[in-house]
Amino acid sequence: MEIPESVKKRVSIPFEEHFYAGHTACQGCGAALGLRYVLKAYGKKTIFSIPACCSTIIAGPWPYSAFGAPLFHTAFETTGAVIGGIEAALKAKGYKVKGEDGIMVVGWAGDGGTADIGLQALSGFLERGHDAVYIMYDNEAYMNTGIQRSSSTPYGAWTTNTPGGKKHFLEKRHKKSVIDIVIAHDIPYAATASIAYPEDFIRKLKKAQKIKGPSFIQLYASCPTGWRSPTDKSIELARLAVQTAYFPLYEYENGKYKINMPSTKKEPKPLIEFLKLQGRFKYMTKEDIEILQEWVLKRWELLKKKAEIFG
Amino acid sequence: MPTWKVMKGNEAAAWAAKLAKPKVVAAFPITPSTLVPEKISEFVANGEMDAEFIKVESEHSAISACVGASAAGVRVFTATASQGLALMHEILFIAAGMRLPIVMAIGNRALSAPINIWNDWQDTISERDTGWLQFYAENNQEALDLILIAFKVAEDERVLLPAMTGFDAFILTHTVEPVEIPDQEVVDEFLGEYVPKHAYLDPKRPITQGALGFPAHYMEARYTVWEAMENAREVIKEAFEEFEKKFGRKYQMVEEYKTEDAEIILVTMGSLAGTVKEFVDKKREEGLKIGAAKITVYRPFPIEEIKALAKKTKVLAILEKDISFGLGGAVFGDVGRTLINESEKPIVLDFILGLGGRDVTFANLEEVIEISEKAMKEGVEEDVFWIGLRKEIL
Repeated sequence: MEIPESVKKRVSIPFEEHFYAGHTACQGCGAALGLRYVLKAYGKKTIFSIPACCSTIIAGPWPYSAFGAPLFHTAFETTGAVIGGIEAALKAKGYKVKGEDGIMVVGWAGDGGTADIGLQALSGFLERGHDAVYIMYDNEAYMNTGIQRSSSTPYGAWTTNTPGGKKHFLEKRHKKSVIDIVIAHDIPYAATASIAYPEDFIRKLKKAQKIKGPSFIQLYASCPTGWRSPTDKSIELARLAVQTAYFPLYEYENGKYKINMPSTKKEPKPLIEFLKLQGRFKYMTKEDIEILQEWVLKRWELLKKKAEIFG
Repeated sequence: MPTWKVMKGNEAAAWAAKLAKPKVVAAFPITPSTLVPEKISEFVANGEMDAEFIKVESEHSAISACVGASAAGVRVFTATASQGLALMHEILFIAAGMRLPIVMAIGNRALSAPINIWNDWQDTISERDTGWLQFYAENNQEALDLILIAFKVAEDERVLLPAMTGFDAFILTHTVEPVEIPDQEVVDEFLGEYVPKHAYLDPKRPITQGALGFPAHYMEARYTVWEAMENAREVIKEAFEEFEKKFGRKYQMVEEYKTEDAEIILVTMGSLAGTVKEFVDKKREEGLKIGAAKITVYRPFPIEEIKALAKKTKVLAILEKDISFGLGGAVFGDVGRTLINESEKPIVLDFILGLGGRDVTFANLEEVIEISEKAMKEGVEEDVFWIGLRKEIL
């Protein structure tokens, strides 16, 4: 269907598609949506590097590819190093990298590949100041291997290696804040984003493109398979994660914090609204939920303070 | 005109890199190879080398960055040793499988435990199945030459495999020798520019590299690596010939020394070949019919050359600085594989020596000869011997 120009003008999300039909993501996959938006934002002048993760499968096995841009698959822990190598080679060849008309080098890795096994390579990438964008799609567990906890899995979550059971062995640690580790590298731009807020995500991708040096975006990406949630609730859940301040959207730009959502002027929604739609949280006791709610509000207060002081 | 310079093995490797003009170098410091990237940093800092030098945070990232850069279509160089090479292990397979002709200099060093920074070949030997070409240098000149040759062979379209050139820790890495630095113009002619047709990440040509390969395709992909390694035999010989024409130094898959009437041939690699040749001279003066052979190219393994060598002698004594526990030395295993279907074959004995920087002395080699002569006369009872063990501390 032809979209009228008048409509196109009002939408900030590009209409072009470079992530094609026929990819092999599960129904309701947040990562697939994320990839679609990244390719919309950056277009064909993009080189992707993806470690061994869900997206390896999503992109399609040889000889198929759902990508309209070059895609390079590598080992689990190497995203930061590989995009550094690609960027250096492109520069050596005399190409313009990053910026509005440069080639975008994008590292796209999950929370396991970023917060855990790929953390060292990520740190090296950030510290060396490569002109590339690193996107962590955060679905809060090792989904590709069959839902094992990562350091990005929240307190109280069921995963296959935090299975609950008679001894109540659920995830006992709170979610690691990767973006705080990233910010500690003093890079020019870092942000959180969500598949429920595509215009905000696209805006952040565009900003990351313009800024020289390494940029980092932590994208909250629902996973119905791993979260034991209905496939038609993926957007709603990602939105609730923001509205409850469980996963607030904010930006860190040249030393300044800016909170995008939820509103700092009113109380966030109760966390239970986010938890109750997901099978992974159904084993939590009342005390568990209180512990997690308290942690969320404590983190939210801390973020608000940061935005107040360094706003 | 080529110039002469007295330099360490590490400097020779750095000079080779400078002459080869890689566009990206990614490296991490490790004894005994640190001086290679250090020297390259100096070249880059002085504007003598036009390369992007990525100072990575580990060897794993060094090789990963090399893989990324090579996939983007440029000539790439790195250097490491020992634990560093072991850390790279999984990515070595990826580099070969993706047919990325990265060249790496290795200061051959022992692996922990115990911690040991000195020479043996366990590091590169342990990577023999990764799909990398392997060259071993006898001296600093060979280190320089065999890095240039490694680029030439690796980037050949019939091969397109990564390559490593090993030279012994401290014995070569830190020892100064006179080295002839070839003319840049002649090296440029020899290597040409690397312009890959198969792997270059470019938005103008959106392809996927390294995708998931199902059982229906995986084996064929692996077979192409086997084929490339087989093709390399011919390509290496061509490269050796061209190298000799251009630079005047002759290289062979296996270099024989006084083997014509030899009853025992000592087969070895790397700098140990120098010691062995001198030992052969000494024993020849004493009237003993022995010879030596140096394996310069370990992967692809010089199967035809070793078969020809075996026809000339009664005993092949393999001298090697590595061990595959529960089997014997790796070179011994490879020579055994080479000769297994030959109707007539010599006795093959394995001598494990020089591990972790233990000196290999003439007394050790005398023992090798004694054991070999005994086997010739009395037959083979044992075939793997640890030479120079200090039994008093065992």
